[in-house]
Order: sequence, then structure tokens, then C-alpha cells
Amino acid sequence: MSYRNDPYDPKQAVLLAPEALEAAVAEAAQAFAAAPDLDALGALKSAHLGDRSPVSLARREIGSLPPHAKSEAGKRVNEARQSVQGAFDARLAELELERAARVLVEERVDVSLPWDRAPRGARHPLTTLMEHMGDLFVGMGYDVVESPELELEWANFDALNIGVDHPARGLMDTFYVDLPGLVMRTHTSPGQVRTMLHRQPPIRVVCPGRVYRTDDLDATHSPVFHQIEGLVVDEGISMAHLKGTLDHFARAMFGPDARTRWRPHYFPFTEPSAEFDVWFAQHRDGPRWVEWGGCGMVNPRVLAASGIDPERYSGFAFGMGVERTLMFRNGVSDMRDMVEGDVRFTRNFGMAV
Amino acid sequence: MKLSLSWLREYVELPAVLSADELERKLVDLGIEVESIVDQAATIKGDLVVGRVLEIEELTGFKKPIRFTRVDVGAAAPQEIVCGARNFEVGDLVVVILPGGELPGGFKIGARKTYGRNSNGMICSAAELGLSGDHSGIIVLPPDSAPTGVDARPIVGLDDVVLDLEITPDRGYQMSIRGVARELSHAYESAYTDPGLGDAPGATAEPPHPLRIDDTIGCDRFAARVVRGIDPSAPSPEWMQRRLITAGVRTISLAVDITNYVMLELGQPMHVFDLNLVRGALVVRRARTGEKLTTLDGVARVLDAEDMVICDDSGPICLAAVMGGETTEMQPDTVDVLLEAAHWDPVMVGRTARRHKLFSEAAKRWERGVDPMLPLVALDRAVELLTRHAGGTVDERVLDQNHLVAPAPVLLDTTLATRRIGVEYPVEQVTTLLGRIGCAVRGVEPLEVTRPSWRPDLVAPIDLVEEVARLGGFGVIPSILPPTRGGGVLTPAQRRRRMVGRAMAENGYVEVLSYPFVSTGAADVFGLAADDPRRSAVRLTNPISDQEPLLRTSLLPSLLGTLKRNLGRGERDLALYETGTVFLPHLTAVAPPVLGVDHGPSDEDWAAANAIVPEQPWHLAAVLTGEAAPAGWWGAGRTATWSDAIEAARIGLAAAGMAADRITVRAAEYPPWHPGRCAAIAVDGTVIGYAGELHPSVVAALELPKRTCAMELDLDAIPATVVTQAIRISTFPAALIDVALVVDAAVPAAEVEAALVAGAGELLESVRLFDVYASEQLGAGLKSLAYKLTFRAPDRTLTVEEAVAARDTAVALASSRVGATLRGA
Repeated sequence: MSYRNDPYDPKQAVLLAPEALEAAVAEAAQAFAAAPDLDALGALKSAHLGDRSPVSLARREIGSLPPHAKSEAGKRVNEARQSVQGAFDARLAELELERAARVLVEERVDVSLPWDRAPRGARHPLTTLMEHMGDLFVGMGYDVVESPELELEWANFDALNIGVDHPARGLMDTFYVDLPGLVMRTHTSPGQVRTMLHRQPPIRVVCPGRVYRTDDLDATHSPVFHQIEGLVVDEGISMAHLKGTLDHFARAMFGPDARTRWRPHYFPFTEPSAEFDVWFAQHRDGPRWVEWGGCGMVNPRVLAASGIDPERYSGFAFGMGVERTLMFRNGVSDMRDMVEGDVRFTRNFGMAV
Repeated sequence: MKLSLSWLREYVELPAVLSADELERKLVDLGIEVESIVDQAATIKGDLVVGRVLEIEELTGFKKPIRFTRVDVGAAAPQEIVCGARNFEVGDLVVVILPGGELPGGFKIGARKTYGRNSNGMICSAAELGLSGDHSGIIVLPPDSAPTGVDARPIVGLDDVVLDLEITPDRGYQMSIRGVARELSHAYESAYTDPGLGDAPGATAEPPHPLRIDDTIGCDRFAARVVRGIDPSAPSPEWMQRRLITAGVRTISLAVDITNYVMLELGQPMHVFDLNLVRGALVVRRARTGEKLTTLDGVARVLDAEDMVICDDSGPICLAAVMGGETTEMQPDTVDVLLEAAHWDPVMVGRTARRHKLFSEAAKRWERGVDPMLPLVALDRAVELLTRHAGGTVDERVLDQNHLVAPAPVLLDTTLATRRIGVEYPVEQVTTLLGRIGCAVRGVEPLEVTRPSWRPDLVAPIDLVEEVARLGGFGVIPSILPPTRGGGVLTPAQRRRRMVGRAMAENGYVEVLSYPFVSTGAADVFGLAADDPRRSAVRLTNPISDQEPLLRTSLLPSLLGTLKRNLGRGERDLALYETGTVFLPHLTAVAPPVLGVDHGPSDEDWAAANAIVPEQPWHLAAVLTGEAAPAGWWGAGRTATWSDAIEAARIGLAAAGMAADRITVRAAEYPPWHPGRCAAIAVDGTVIGYAGELHPSVVAALELPKRTCAMELDLDAIPATVVTQAIRISTFPAALIDVALVVDAAVPAAEVEAALVAGAGELLESVRLFDVYASEQLGAGLKSLAYKLTFRAPDRTLTVEEAVAARDTAVALASSRVGATLRGA
């Protein structure tokens, strides 16, 4: 049906009446606002904006108007159509937002679900602690030195002023082997001897590693355990330098309050010798002095046996047990936990100590 | 070493009131380790009181006579006590512990019914109070020595303080009251009376007994005295017994107790012979090899040519310095005695003690050094004690053969202590401190320091410096960092081990540190061939366990042991790793050259010595069982397989800086692995380890879960890391082409891939196997391998034709090398 050629009949142009257009706009706005979702809104579109919608039909009536009325009527229809379109677009945006929000809600997951699909491993705390100790000394200019665990008896004893008849030799509960002249090293000190034999001072080294004594395994002993020993040989080295080094190391390990306290002692390879305690403020049973290790000025005989001139050079050495350190620092109460390899013990430490 | 404070007080002035903590601190600061300081009064808890026996009723009908007593303990009503002893009478004063008390050893005293009567407490013997070994009866106090009801502790001597000290092996002089009292006099700067410096009669022209010393190196002094006609039944005085018991020395007889007492007091070990059992002159000499002697402990010993012996006409009668012999032992009726105090070579005594495993109190002192000036003083003291308590007549003659050499002075640079300790010690202080320990100091620069006879340890200047530092106090040493001298570094090998360890842990492996001890059967369990070099293991001569005497040549036996322990504790899914050394002996077992200690060894000697040290390379090993990835809400789990073990090797190698294209993995038959599921892992063509599933028989023998997997690499055999060169990254698009190749099932995938890579040429960016497939349709004995090939050119977008041509050459090479056919073609 076409109105184009229809003669003008104002009675037929009722849709163009301002009241009618206002009503159509209002009705559309109301309908759109009432649309509960995007589908319902879509279904309303043709009724209010389609070819048969009141505003579209009203536009058709313009042709039937006298020329003088066309302009004004056209303007009125356009405004009405824009209003309807505007109402539609606004509602559409509103509903799309609502839908986006609802999708996010619907896609929610339980992020608290556990995940152990890739089980985590762990490093042994003794390894981690030894590396930590080694790093502290590397930072102080020391090299980290290793030497054989099955060692020349000469390097483990004789060169360290523990001759075959020295009473201290009998005190070291040594593992011997079926090869002549070899022992399982009882300390990491032979690493210091080896260092001095192929290097002239200044020497600054630490020797971490496994050592062996014929103790049965119990809560506080193990036939296999770890030590870290340090050696500094240079001109003018004194016991004050040893004290400074141990105090510094103690602070780096145990915090700014840490310091060492010395007790005179005897080691064949150092003279004077001392055992030292460390003030450990974080001890789980309260701040206290804890026995930590042994130290002293390298015995001139050890320097001589290692090819270093004891008149020109002096040095200090110190050592401590890594297991012992882990025990008081980390509250390990039984040596066996560190040697049995129970994964529960080690996993507890993860990658740190 | 245990000793009592009251004994020390006899020679050093100490504060009347002395707390255990303070005393411990003083001793520790002197370098004497304190095991314990025990107030004896506190060893008995509760009421220990003096009581008077009012009534005794003999109970009969029991296995032994029993007494039911009523004892006045100062309370309103008498205490009823059952007692097994019989050495007391009505009216005697006794020592009673009341119910609620506790005797040494945790023996609690209660009121209880025994032998049909109520017993409220106990009448004590000296042994029960820990005072002596006397169990023969209860203590009966002298009449009217104390009122009833008072504390009995001071009356019986339970008022002493017992020190248990650990003496370092360089300070033999401290193994005596004399030495410890001297040390305390330093700490308290108080008066000290040296009991070792008394006047004693010297050698007489005529000795009381003939003696010949054949070896004056082993024995540089021998002194003796004789006492005749002592009362053999005279007991050791109670105070002496108490001090011996406190020191942990058994009381035996008066004469023997006196020698022990003098040893504890002065530090001079002594021996007493029954003079009438000694046949002829004494001879001091080395033993003859194979000579026999039964020592006082009843052990028949075969002597060594290095042992020193005291002999008479019958042969050896005493293992010198260590233990006496049975034939001249003191008898219950001995009346004439010969007391000996000598000076022996510490090295000889140490060797003899070790050889015969006889670490007697005497041997311990000799080995650490005994004052050679003591023998006459010690003899005089012993003779005096003996005659005072057992009568007898002292032979006025004194034997003393003395071959001592006076010590040479040590020359001490006056600045040495200051330089070595870092504390300013004025020369006056050095002189004072050395004088305090008994040194004679003369001269100006250097000081000439003559050590006292009791300090054989002071032989070098540094020994004197130590004493200056010790007596000056370690507390005054300042804390100064040494000057820095350049930076420290980790070696590439150390960095690599850290990287490898971290990588293993980050990939789910838990590190363990196993003992390196393995059993002799481990090689058989692993199925190693007779000539497998891993069978050549170092053997411990004194292993902790006889079951595990060998040092590992592989990490796996001990690592599998740890795996098993964890399984036993309820773990199911395990992935463990270890980095550690193995011990690979050289086949020649020759002794190293003798290396001196006066200077460094020559290069030749050092090289020869090190040539016998077994190779001890670092290995990396891993073992797996159970699920590599657990089942969960995400779906199924994944069981650990041979491929995980091989991947573990790749993880380790990647962390060690080895690019994937340097690593080859090929089938191998190598125990303890499953011959069809074992890979040899090579870097640059050199095999450095193996990985895969363990042999079923190994798994069965070790009772491990089926299909347990393992990997072991020689970390030290991995080539050094080189500087990685960058590759050019092309920004042009890639062309992806999938190919499915059909090959004989026996053809290793690695060879197919290698052929594709070689054939595809430079345009190939990557190749990835994404499917392996076999079916009846495909044909028996065949498999299909599906690869995704990624082609890319550095300078242009590849045309389809170029990519297809590259694929075709890749397939063609795979076809000619391994007989691959393009599936569907």
C-alpha cells in the first residue's frame, strides 16, 4: 500500500499529530524499559522502530501534507524517532552490561581448590645452610675449597701437628681403610693444608664438607657429619682479626645482637686455641650462649709442614659443625632427622633454611 | 677427672663461699672444661639425720637375720626401722634417712612393710651414701659425737663439692690437685702452696734395692724407697677412701690406695711392690718380643720390643708406667713394700697403652707429661702416709737414678705476643704472666724463658704466647676484621652443583644425604658382572656396621636404602635425589711416600702421595616410585616411569649448562637397570650416566615397589660450560607442517628425528614428536611417529612450495636412513 499518490486528507494524517508522536515515544520508552533481557528487547525493536512502527508510519504520512506543513512534521517525526532509538540504545547498553556482569558471576570458580599436581621438591637444609655460610665468606673475599673425603693420613693428621704419637690422634675416632696411608678425613682441615701447599699467601678460604668419626648414630652424634672451616694466612694476621671475623660471621648468621665468647682450649693445629660460643637471641628456648666451634692461630708447625714461612706469615683458622648450627638455629632436636632422609623433614625446609 | 674442692683448698686459698657458677666460669676461662660441679650435700635429698638406737628386736625365720629397731631421731616418738646390718648395738649413734628422702642413684625412701614389720626409713651404710665402697655394715658414729635429730651430712663428710673436669691433652700437669690448685691460684690471684716442691731425702750412696736401667730413653729417672713391717690389716683412713671414691678410684688396700692418692694429689703415678716377692735386682729395659706378663687386671699379655718393663730375676714383673704385674702384687699379708716413682718416655707409654688397650690413669698422665722432678717428693709423701697409718720402719736409704736433661731456654721476641694476639702486652706483663706459671725469665730481647719442670709442653715461642693470651684473658682481645685482599669466588664446579641441586628440587625431587657405607652384597644384588669396576670398592677396617664395610662406588645403593626407609614410614609417591662423592680406588695399593712435617713435601713426593688417593668424583642420582603427578580434582594422576628417570638426567644436564642438542640418549644394557628400559646418557658422545627402570630382580631383591626407576650421572664428567652464543630471532612467520612417518617398531625415535633434522636443512626451526601410534591396520611390527615441523626463514616469509620442499627432503632422508614411509602416501 502506498500513500504517495493519495490526495491530502488531514483526517488520515492522525499519526503525525504531536500528541500521537509523543504517545508513541512514551509507549516505546516504557516498553523498552520493561524489557527484562536482551532477547525481549530485540523482540520489541520492530514494533517501535520497524517499518510498521508508529513513527515509521507517521513518516509516511508526511507526503500527504501540504508542502508548508511537511518541514515541521518531518522535524517532529525525526525527533520522535531519535527519542525511540535513544531509548532503545540506552536499554540495550544497560542490558549488555547486566549480561556481562552476570557472565562473570556465572564463570566464578573455587580458587581455593588445592593444587599439588606438580609436587614440589626440596633441598636438604644442611646443603642450603652450607651454601649460605659459604656465600657469606665469599662476600668477605674467601674462596670455597673442597678436598677428598678419603684423604691422605699425612694431610689429615701429620701436617696438622698430629703426629702418630700425638695424644690427640687417639682422641679422634678415625675410620681407617684397607689402603695404606689413607683415612676418612676427621675434619675438613686437610683442605686447608692442600690449599697452602699450592698457594702462597694471602690465603682466605673456607672448606665446607663431609667428615667422618666412628661415633654411633644417636640424638647428638653421627659418624658422618658436616663442617665448615676457615683459614686466613697473611702478613700481620692476629687473633683480633680472628675475633673480628667470627663476630662478623655470627652477626651475618644470627642478627645484629650476635657475638662470640671464647674459652681457652687445645687443638694441635692452632696455638693459641679457643672454643667459642655464640650469643643467639632467637633460640627457641630464649636468648642464650650456644657452643658453636673451635678456632685459633695456625700453629707455626702447620704452616711449615704446608710449605709456608712461619716467620713471615701468620694465620688463623676456625671451624664449626653444620649439623650443630642447624640444630640450634632451626630447632632440630635429633641428629637422626638430618641423616635419615625422611622427606617430611626435608620438605619442611623447601628451598630455604 | 673428678676431685673434691676441700682437697684443692688445702693448696690454694679460695673464697670461703664459692658458687658453682663462678667456679665453673673461672675454670672455663683457664681452659679447663667443666663437666659438672656437684655439691655432695645435695646428692641426698630429704632428711638425713643422726639417730640413737633405743631397742633391737631380732627377727628370725628369714633367710638372713633381720633386726627390727626403734631409733630416736629427735622426734617425739621413736622411728621404727627394719635393718639388715648387725654391726651396731643399743645406744649407738647411726645415720638415718627418713621417709621422703632419696639416696644417690635415685633410690627413694618410703615407709613400707617389710619382713612383716613397718619400716619408716633406713639406717645407712657408707656405700649407700656414696661415701665409700664399704657395704660391710651401717655407719656407727663415735659416741656422743652429735645430738639426735641433727643433719648428718656434715658429720659423715657429705659437705664437699665435687668437680668433674676435662683436661686437654697438652696439659698433663692439670691432671692433679697440684695442677688445678695452681690454675685456680692464677684465676683468684691468691696464695698457692706447691705440694710438689717440698724437701725430700735425696739419693743415698747405697740404694735400698739394687737397680739397673738399660734404656735411659724410655726411663730417664727411677726412684724407690722401702718400708718394712707395716701392719697389713691397717685400713685406709676414711678421708682418704672418701677422696679416692670421689675421684672414681676403687679403694683396694692402704698401700695401693696411698699410691693412687699421691698420684691424684701430685700427678706422679707410682707403683708398690711386695718386696719379698721381688727376686733379686730390678732391671728396667725394653721387653723382648713375645715376652709374657700377667698384669694386675688378670690379663696375660704378650709384650712388644717397644714396651718398657721392670724386671727381676724372674723376668718382667711390671708393664712400666701402665700397669703392675701379678707376681709382685700386694698381698693381704704383705708387710715389706718397695714404693717406686719413676719418669717414663711419654711416646713409649702412649704406644704401649694403645698397643695393649690399657688406658690406665697412670698411662693417661704419662702420655700427657708428668713432672720429672716429682719422684722423690711423691715417695716421701707416700712413705709418710704409709707409716702414719700402718706403722713399719722406713729404710733410710733412697734409690734415685736420674738421667734427666735440663730443658734449654726458649727465646721469646718480646713483641711476638702483641703481634700474634693483637693486644698490647708490655714486656713487664709478659714477664709477670710467664713467671706466674713457673717460668724463669731472663734477658731483655729476646727473653730467655726456662719452663718449669711440670710444663714439658712449653717448647716453642708460640707456646709461651698462648700462656700470655690465656692468663691475660681472651676477653681483652679486640674484634677487628682483617684487611680485604680481593674477592672470593665459587668455582664453576661449585656453581654447577648448586644449579643442578636447585633444578632437581624445583622439579619435584627431595634431596637426601645418605651415608656412603654399603654392604658387600650390594654389588650382587645389583647384578654387577664379576669384572664390573664398581665392584672394586674401598673397605673400612673399622666400619660402624660390619654389614656395611664398603665405601660406595655408586650413589644408588644408599639412595635406594633411603627410598625404602621412606616407604616404610608410609610414603608412597617418592622422588629423591642426592649429590655426593663416590670412591673409586686405583688398583695398585702402595703406601704413599713418607712426608715430613718440617717443610712442605717436594712436588714429586706430593704427586706420588696423591696418586694413591682414590678418585672421588661427584655424582648425581635420583630414584622414583609411585606417582610422578597425583590424581586430583583435575583428573587422573601419572605414574613415574623410566621416562621420568631419563628426564631427571636431562634436567640435571640442562642445569649444568648442557644444551639439548649435545645430549644423546640411547638404549643400553647396564645393571642395575632393566635391559629393555635403560638409557645411556651421553654428552658430546661420551656416556656420563644411565637412567631408566630398575631390573625386576633388583626391585625384588631390595623389596622395592615394582617399576622403581633410577638415574645416576657422573657430574664431574660433564664438560665445562662454554659461553653460549646467541641465535638470531627471525620475525617472519613460520610454516607448520605435520608429517606422520611409519617405521619399523625397533627404530629408535631419536634416529628418526635426527634424520628429519639433518634432511630438513636450515629452514627447519624445530621438530616435535607429538604422537606415537601402532595398530593392526598399520601392520605388525610397525609404528607411526607424528611430527610437527616448524619452518622459518631468517629473511623472508616462506612460500608453501619452499616449506613443502624442505619437508620432502626431510622425509626423503628419514626414508633412506631408517626406512621411514610417509603415512597415507
